[in-house]
Amino acid sequence: MASDAHGTPLGADAAEHGHGAGLAHHFDSYEQQKDSATLGMWTFLVTEILFFGGLFAAYGVYRSLYPEAFRASSHTLSIQLGTFNTVVLIASSLTMALAVRGGQTGKGKLAAALLVLTLILGSVFLVVKGFEYHEKFVEHHVPGASFHFEGPDALHAQLFFSLYFLMTGLHALHMVIGIVLVGYVAERAWGGAYTSENHNFLEGTGLYWHFVDLVWIFLFPLLYLIGRH
Amino acid sequence: MPAHVQPLKVYFGVFLALMAFTALTVSAAFVNLGPANTFVALGIAAAKATLVILYFMHVKGNTKLVPVVILSGLFFLFLLFLFLAADYGTRGWLGVPGR
Repeated sequence: MASDAHGTPLGADAAEHGHGAGLAHHFDSYEQQKDSATLGMWTFLVTEILFFGGLFAAYGVYRSLYPEAFRASSHTLSIQLGTFNTVVLIASSLTMALAVRGGQTGKGKLAAALLVLTLILGSVFLVVKGFEYHEKFVEHHVPGASFHFEGPDALHAQLFFSLYFLMTGLHALHMVIGIVLVGYVAERAWGGAYTSENHNFLEGTGLYWHFVDLVWIFLFPLLYLIGRH
Repeated sequence: MPAHVQPLKVYFGVFLALMAFTALTVSAAFVNLGPANTFVALGIAAAKATLVILYFMHVKGNTKLVPVVILSGLFFLFLLFLFLAADYGTRGWLGVPGR
């Protein structure tokens, strides 16, 4: 690889200096650039895992202290809507993974179409979540002054619903950020911004989207599926 | 075709496995397994997460540094759960109220 001591800005006069388009001058190869981007994204995602981990830990403590309140509260959630949303989110992870594959193989238009599909599935998830939240407000299952719970141990049922809103709310916030990112990446992919050598932003967005799916994979059984028998 | 491109059948296969695990975890919740219900649910979730991480997030076939970063993060998560369990799990063992 030719020296890049000339300090040429990213992508400018690339061929002339023996450095390909989309390869930043501080990287020796596309492979190294991609590995760095992947490692950086994963480092961020690990902080996210620990961030959500605190809430999962709080959930574990309170569920072990007040199992009856958690069981009764969990039974008020709609298992149908929860399962539907799980399927929708996993499907969106598939379309996202296929979009990244489209980027890997240099098919920008295909990637853009799959990203739009991902964006639509993500929005469906949020709309269903919105209906679920609405039902909680109608039933007075939102913690606070107007909280009312028919089951046993209403005091600690509030703990379940506090964690329910915190965890699903934080997850939904990540979904909103993800949808904005996916929309941006779709527009860039359609314009041909991603090559098979450098589609690192697309790949990183994909990692973020899959992470949001991972959080839901644990939230769904822990919130919706406590002792349904 | 550049290196590290997985065949399409891998993506669809993983998707079908994730769907099957989802069906399994929902049906398992309706069977009374006692305290094992929670562990079955968490085990299935962990299996689903592993599939997503290895194949959708391309950790399989990527630089080995990535699993090191992930496992170090999970190690600290494990410490958080371990010490919380050691605390809340042993309360009352001294026979002193509130200790």
